[in-house]
Amino acid sequence: MSKQSILTGIRRGLKRGPLPTDQAAMLLGRMAQHPRHLIPARSRLPHPRQVDLFVRNVEKEFGSVTRVEDMDAVPGAVADYLAAQNLPGSVIMAPHPELRAIPWPARPLLEIREGRAQGSDAVSVQHGFAGIAETGTLMLPSAPERPVTLNLLADTEIVVLRASTIVGAYEEAWDKLRAEVGAMPRNVMLITGPSRSADIEQTLELGAHGPRRLHIVLVDDAAGAIG
Amino acid sequence: MHIATSPAFKENAHAALVNAGLQKALARSGPSFIARRAAAVANLPEFEQLRDTARDIKDHALANLDFYLEAYEAKVLETGGKVHWCADAEEARDAVLAICQAVGARTVTKGKSMIGEEIAINDHLEKHGITPVETDLGEYIIQLRHELPSHIIAPAFHLNMEDWEETFRKAHTDLPADRQFNERRDILIEARNKLRSKFLAADVGITGANFLVAETGSSIIVTNEGNGDLTQTLPRVHIVLASIEKCVPTLEDATSLLRVLARSATGQDFSVYTTFSTGVRRPGDLDGPEEYHVVLIDNGRSAMMGTEFQEMLRCIRCAACMNHCPVYSAVGGHAYGWVYPGPMGSVLTPGLIGVDKAGHLPNASTFCGKCESVCPVRIPLPKLMRHWREREFERHLTPATVRGGLAFWGFFARRPSLYRLATRAAALGLGLLGRRKGRFKSMPLAGGWTGGRDLPAPEGDTFFARYAKAQRAGQVR
Amino acid sequence: MTATKPRVGLFVTCLVDLHRPSVGFAAIELLERAGCQVEVPRAQTCCGQPAYNSGDRTTARDLAVGIVEAFRGYDYVVVPSGSCAGMLKHHLPHLFDDDPNLRAVADAMASRVYELVSFLTDVLGVRDTGAAPLSGTVTYHDSCSGLRELGIKQQPRDLLQAAGATVVEMTEPEICCGFGGTFCVKYPEISVRMVSDKTKDIVATGANTVLAGDLGCLLNIAGRLQREGHAVHVRHVAEVLAGMTGDLPAIGEARG
Repeated sequence: MSKQSILTGIRRGLKRGPLPTDQAAMLLGRMAQHPRHLIPARSRLPHPRQVDLFVRNVEKEFGSVTRVEDMDAVPGAVADYLAAQNLPGSVIMAPHPELRAIPWPARPLLEIREGRAQGSDAVSVQHGFAGIAETGTLMLPSAPERPVTLNLLADTEIVVLRASTIVGAYEEAWDKLRAEVGAMPRNVMLITGPSRSADIEQTLELGAHGPRRLHIVLVDDAAGAIG
Repeated sequence: MHIATSPAFKENAHAALVNAGLQKALARSGPSFIARRAAAVANLPEFEQLRDTARDIKDHALANLDFYLEAYEAKVLETGGKVHWCADAEEARDAVLAICQAVGARTVTKGKSMIGEEIAINDHLEKHGITPVETDLGEYIIQLRHELPSHIIAPAFHLNMEDWEETFRKAHTDLPADRQFNERRDILIEARNKLRSKFLAADVGITGANFLVAETGSSIIVTNEGNGDLTQTLPRVHIVLASIEKCVPTLEDATSLLRVLARSATGQDFSVYTTFSTGVRRPGDLDGPEEYHVVLIDNGRSAMMGTEFQEMLRCIRCAACMNHCPVYSAVGGHAYGWVYPGPMGSVLTPGLIGVDKAGHLPNASTFCGKCESVCPVRIPLPKLMRHWREREFERHLTPATVRGGLAFWGFFARRPSLYRLATRAAALGLGLLGRRKGRFKSMPLAGGWTGGRDLPAPEGDTFFARYAKAQRAGQVR
Repeated sequence: MTATKPRVGLFVTCLVDLHRPSVGFAAIELLERAGCQVEVPRAQTCCGQPAYNSGDRTTARDLAVGIVEAFRGYDYVVVPSGSCAGMLKHHLPHLFDDDPNLRAVADAMASRVYELVSFLTDVLGVRDTGAAPLSGTVTYHDSCSGLRELGIKQQPRDLLQAAGATVVEMTEPEICCGFGGTFCVKYPEISVRMVSDKTKDIVATGANTVLAGDLGCLLNIAGRLQREGHAVHVRHVAEVLAGMTGDLPAIGEARG
């Protein structure tokens, strides 16, 4: 069987047999502890400045951000954004408890459906799990209440993100995921800005196969986050 | 397998140098990659240290590759996936075909995968009545044109707007013939519309993997378009093609490598979509594949372990080496004649298809060292190319003229006194002949030089002859 | 009490020996002016790169044995070429990986190997070679090995400026000229294309003279400039710093 022949080939190259148990145990320990390596200093900041860095980096990567004071202000921010972009008020929303708790009827012109996205959906509203200030990256792990298709099929993706979930470096987001979700979700997307391609003459065009617009409604729930 | 034209490197290079369209594309795109990487690196003070970290992580993973691959497989099984270990391209093609046939697949969407090119999976599927559709924009046009990618992260690096328009008009005959392509966006939108229905209709999605993570059993893809994510999310079956050296221990290890990958590749701080896929759709999930298969491919890698070429297995396929290579910049990727061009190809290709076929590639380098200076995992590419030259020399694959010349020169160079006499005669003769003009327009046996350059004439007597004279006259010690 | 003069063994390089002996004499001049006692061991031919880079380690190793023997006992080994200095300093010791004794001797030598210009500035602390000012402007080509293996970038520019030369930079002074040892004759078409890019860059600076520290690059660049009919002069930086430009025609030019 090829598995054995491949492993044997690797071991022949490494000039040894299977790892002795003590060494294997050491490597298992390394995986269990998953030590961090060098983390760039750029995100080692007080939390309010991490939030600012996150916003700057999202905008640098052609995403946009609206900051609101609380969850109640989300429907207004979404409606205003859609109106400003001349987009329809019909959105497909992640069935996440935090999003469901938002007082959507305050904006009756918004037509909210819940579920996964279909090819025909123009606008999606997704729940943000974490933001990573280092590069303005969203972490969106899949879950029944956070379908992956919402990140992909709509031309415009709106992500509702609580500022308290913003961390400095990717490593902190992994630890948050391990702590809050446990086992690795089926799919974890790290998203930095809207879809793009530079395949035509190495010149950047936004909106390749994924969303052309990525908008973040950032809810300033963290104490002192506004600033 | 793709038929390698690497043995015809010289002819390929000639054709490339006189190809006006290619030269236009190279002149336009090359400098922008270099500038973007430089800007990204300048923006991250820790970049050089991160390169050391990246190298160390890959070295650790390779030194324990057997262990981490088995740990990885265990996690994949635990999350409902399956790993197919394949010793070579043929086994890998058959494994993919069997998975596709088992679910009665007719259309297969594909994310960009260099190992997919290496095993030529598309031809194999087509031969068995399954339609593979490349969905990365660059790969899509390459497939329409029946070409190989000319660059490992920018497959259509060699094409210009007029090529895109011509190819799309020829391929998309269902669209109005009088439609206009005024700007790049028009091309993009047409491709997006064409491919959207394919994404939704595909039975199987095939992607590559930038990394495999042993800790979690995840495969990672890094893209900007989102095509890879649509490919792996929408169909019922997801197949990951990955070579064995992609496996790293933990999410933290992968993260450190990702920090240098995009910066080295496109000059982005991070790519738009970096996605970790782990097993099959979970209970309650509204989307995601029901089957998850990893086709794990050796195809020559394990044979590089423990050799002087093991360091090549650190490669994370960022393309910085080719972006900065003056030879690649002159001739483009197709001249290299197989899947992997540029400096990384010049080291990897001989290992995969044999140095007897790919012998030109490690020779077609000035050893300028630029590639090594930008490699995010610090692969000593010139050194490894030199090792291939050593293998060629040992196996008598070096051209007889070169061998003969070296033997002749080596005979004298080993014997300083004899060498003095011979070089003095040559220098004096040439110096005398070239005295009037100071240079030669042509020279017997030196056509390689004088075809495009004059040959400056020597000053006259050699240094050592003049020095001996000066010594006798008491002018120097 | 005056310190004893450092004893320098000059590695002439085969191209300087054969093609442009004046560079060797310029090196001696510069080193002596800076207070060195210079000797030129006779038992030297070539650093071995033609063999080493063609995969012929046996010949390269044989030559290396001779070099290590010939340059025993010097305080420094100085080379008027970044490429050959890089070979002696970084590559040659590895030819003896199979022989710890020779490896140790080679390492000891390698630690004392320097390229000429950087030796003057970095080791001897020379700030001004006292050369007569050069008329017109010069541009400087960074040869690959000197730049990437030995870190030579600012040193020649500093000495040229101290000598009153105006240095104008190319757009890409660090890109390879396409010489590459045997590469230039094995792949002449690619090599000529690369050197043509280089000459275009040189001509665009408007400089009268292009300088570098490696004769291989200089022969390549001179050959192409002259084939293209440009009047830019090509010289080794040592000739200029030693003030030899008066008597010595530039590379590929006839005695006036």
